[in-house]
Amino acid sequence: MPGLGTSVGRGGATTAQQSLADSDAILIMGSSMAEQHPVGFQWVVEARERGCRVIHVDPRFTRTSACADMWVPLRAGTDILFLGALIRYVLENDRWFKDYVVHYTNASTILREDYVDAEDGAGLFSGWDDEKKQYTPETWLYEGSEPKQSGGSHAGHHPAGGGHAKDRGGEAGHSEQFETDETLQHPRCVFQVLKRHFARYTPELVERSCGIPKDVFLKVAETYIAASGPQKTGCICYAVGWTQHSTGVQIIRAAAILQLLLGNIGRPGGGILALRGHASIQGSTDIPTLYDILPAYMPMPFFEDDAKNFEAYVKKHTTEAGLWSKFETFMVSFLKAWYGDAATKENQWGFNYLPRVTGDHSELGYWLDMADGKLDGLFVMGQNPAVGAPNGRLQRKAMANLKWLVVRDLVETETASFWKDSPEVERGELRPEDIGTEVFLMPAAGPAEKSGSFTNTQRLLQWHNKAVDAPGDARSELWFAYHLGRMLKERAARERNAKNAALNALTWAIPTRGSVGEPDAESVLAEINGRNLTTGKLLSTFEDLKNDGSTMSGCWIYTGVMPEEGRNRANIREAKDSLGHGWGFAWPKDTRIIYNRASARPDGTPWSEEKKFVWWDSEKREWTGKDISDFKKDMPPDHKGDLSKGGLEALDGDKPFGMHPDGRGWLYVNSGLKDGPLPTHFEPLESPVRNPLYPAHQTNPPTNKKERPDNRYANSPGDPRFPFVLTTYRLTEHHTAGGMSRALSHLSELQPELFAEISPELAELTGISPNDWVTIVTPRALISARALITARMSVLEIEGRQIHQVGLPYHWGWKGLVTGDVANDLLALSQEPNVRIMETKGLVCNLIPGRHPAGHAALDELHELLEERP
Amino acid sequence: MLKDLFSRWPVIQQIRTRSAGTGAEAWSDRTRNLKPKTAGCDVSRGVCPYCGVGCGQLVYHKDGELISIEGDPASPISRGHLCPKGANTHQLHTHPGRLKKLKYRRPYATDWEDLDLDTAMGMIADRVWETRERTFEETRDGQSLMQTTAIAHLGGATLDNEENYLIKKLFTGGLGMVCISNQARI
Repeated sequence: MPGLGTSVGRGGATTAQQSLADSDAILIMGSSMAEQHPVGFQWVVEARERGCRVIHVDPRFTRTSACADMWVPLRAGTDILFLGALIRYVLENDRWFKDYVVHYTNASTILREDYVDAEDGAGLFSGWDDEKKQYTPETWLYEGSEPKQSGGSHAGHHPAGGGHAKDRGGEAGHSEQFETDETLQHPRCVFQVLKRHFARYTPELVERSCGIPKDVFLKVAETYIAASGPQKTGCICYAVGWTQHSTGVQIIRAAAILQLLLGNIGRPGGGILALRGHASIQGSTDIPTLYDILPAYMPMPFFEDDAKNFEAYVKKHTTEAGLWSKFETFMVSFLKAWYGDAATKENQWGFNYLPRVTGDHSELGYWLDMADGKLDGLFVMGQNPAVGAPNGRLQRKAMANLKWLVVRDLVETETASFWKDSPEVERGELRPEDIGTEVFLMPAAGPAEKSGSFTNTQRLLQWHNKAVDAPGDARSELWFAYHLGRMLKERAARERNAKNAALNALTWAIPTRGSVGEPDAESVLAEINGRNLTTGKLLSTFEDLKNDGSTMSGCWIYTGVMPEEGRNRANIREAKDSLGHGWGFAWPKDTRIIYNRASARPDGTPWSEEKKFVWWDSEKREWTGKDISDFKKDMPPDHKGDLSKGGLEALDGDKPFGMHPDGRGWLYVNSGLKDGPLPTHFEPLESPVRNPLYPAHQTNPPTNKKERPDNRYANSPGDPRFPFVLTTYRLTEHHTAGGMSRALSHLSELQPELFAEISPELAELTGISPNDWVTIVTPRALISARALITARMSVLEIEGRQIHQVGLPYHWGWKGLVTGDVANDLLALSQEPNVRIMETKGLVCNLIPGRHPAGHAALDELHELLEERP
Repeated sequence: MLKDLFSRWPVIQQIRTRSAGTGAEAWSDRTRNLKPKTAGCDVSRGVCPYCGVGCGQLVYHKDGELISIEGDPASPISRGHLCPKGANTHQLHTHPGRLKKLKYRRPYATDWEDLDLDTAMGMIADRVWETRERTFEETRDGQSLMQTTAIAHLGGATLDNEENYLIKKLFTGGLGMVCISNQARI
């Protein structure tokens, strides 16, 4: 999300799946789309039938590769090398889309004299504090941008930050102040810095370190780059194959740079399709059950940083130009939604009811606190960390320290029963009699048993309608949250003190109906949408929000989903066109392809007839076309930005990226990312290979390995105990940690058993035969699986030697109809610097023929393999 | 009745219609009266709960029972298709391993026991209240803090927007819980 957010303004897919049919080239990388988004993949097939070229880059040959024109195997963890080489190729061969780049990106912006690039810093940018292991971004700012001195840390760089908030977009300085050289010749303009930064990402390096032969790389480059220019567009599709790396955010940044240089963002058949993995994971970041943000990506207040008072908080996060200049309006309206009449101008709109962030409250952060006995209680709703989270042994043992645990799910998951039948109990590491955790396992309602909305991977809200009642004790999460809240509020009303002030202030009037008292989901959506509190009317656009307390909106980017009583656009299914206008509601404002101002020339006319999308109607004096314009509707293309007006009018009429204070797509990110303004190659935290570009810095410098006795790492590079690369992934027939698939007979029948994919060469090397048991070992654990010997696992020649890769799907656990060892026990619990995501896609392992013993003997074997005494 | 039987006799049908005896003329009454399992059902419009594509689903139900869940041909994204997981959404709701009764585990117990839902809700509210009483900090160094880090929440990517909204609102906005996370990172 910060990868896309800092590059183009919003952390979400820029286009719709259907738009793939209009692509001239599609690059699928960090994803096996045919397997993980199978129905969405039909649009890739459509594109191919129309002549589109499809390239799949992946360490494994998968069902996606089988449907592509080219499969390019590469070494897991070298995505930035590959993408950087594509960027270099585009720049060196003058293949960038000139008009687009000059007008729509920050290519021409000039950087400060004291900026030092990683190329000149042996892998470090200027501003590195080796003690604190973090960057300060002041030297990264544009020349002329006054640094913001608002006390505390630079926004986006706070050590407790989680990378999701809007302040990932350059708030360390006044980035609406800058100078440009539109000839792109100035030695410190972004364009020239970009060229120097990627100068060593050559096809030769790709051959040596990614394992991709030079001629193959050049063919990929020529194929993909051909889909650029006024008449052609290309799309990049990615998923967690890119995000679950210690450099995940920067990998996506590299893709964004490539797409901006090729002029693909905001155009039909172009863009970046972030393929998200859960039914409403986009929704769960928009309306976040995440620690560092409030709805609509507004930052949680951070203690001692921006939270002294509402004024300081607003000042820190408001930008002088672009849409976020309305920050105060959005925040006031949000506080009115949560605290209603208790939020007044006099009490800073209830700002002090909000708790402050004081540290790393992310899942991996608080789980370590849990392991250290610092947490009392935990709610787990529709997630199964005992199988899905990294370093499963640590995860499960940590839960034994809880006083109480509430699990809500459709089945009895491994998380719910860790105290009874986990591997730790089986091995005698934990005994139920010694585990004091009180556990409530509550049946949950399924989606056909409740009404509500999901937001899918292309920002589209779709409503599912309740068909039948949930059985027995099963209830929706809406029921649970509402009634728990009602009970707690009843108690707080009897104990009115400072501690309960927020609970008492909280608005909680939701109508309920039926024998179980099911809350009305549409009334919650109405609050999310927003209302004018004076007239009582629902709002149809966030442009009608005010900063004087007369409006409320729980999530302003969703405003418009319910524009009037009885009209729930998420539940309207009258598709008028292929993009689906009339079916559901895409935020913002039902725009299907965002940044679509860029689909027209600077003068407002379409780039070409073929790729006509949104354009300026000079008679009607408005933007028109095939989508809602992601631009101020009546602002002409030749508008000259007026900083005194603020907001969108402070930007020129040819600047499509209105979330940014300069309206431009950012090739270079001047602040907001903790690991650098430009993507730089670092090896995965565990790797058999030394960093070929920056030997002094093997891994991403600000990454938090959280190294501790129960979370150990291999020595890197090249730990002889773990000579092979391991990558984990998913299958079509199972879903995440298995609660929704391994309990079902049809799906279990399709994929009954855990297997490890091993190349014939590696099988021979290690003495493993097809379907034999094989044990996979990492510094954290060992597990056993059936060996699937297949040529689909690539063997790569890296710097003159063979690097072998092993693949593991991660869906299995010990409960359900089909069971198996937990693959994620092998992973380390690490945190990428910006969003704290774990690294699952590139680590190291060893293989041993045979199945590991049962019971404690398995641990003894692990200790032996780690060459240490237990 | 005999005349009726006679006219329905396959051989007679065959002669009459000059057909091969393998088509409609050979149907039994049972076959002739077969209907899809979805006939006579109500239909709700749904969305697949698995991945992020957001395929449209038609949820067929009758008399309070789910009959079948199929693809929605009208969806501009999925055009009626479902992958193996989506196609199995009916079983997701109806399989025998589905939890229907609340299960409770006492501290140090070796097995589950039964507990009724209302009692459990009361106990959970008590646990939240008790932990919060002990650990909630209103201020620190003279500044508003309004926080507890002793209770955490995990989950959200599989839940509805409205559910995540209430969870975040209650937990963070009301109770001061800051340790909130879900499957999403990026």
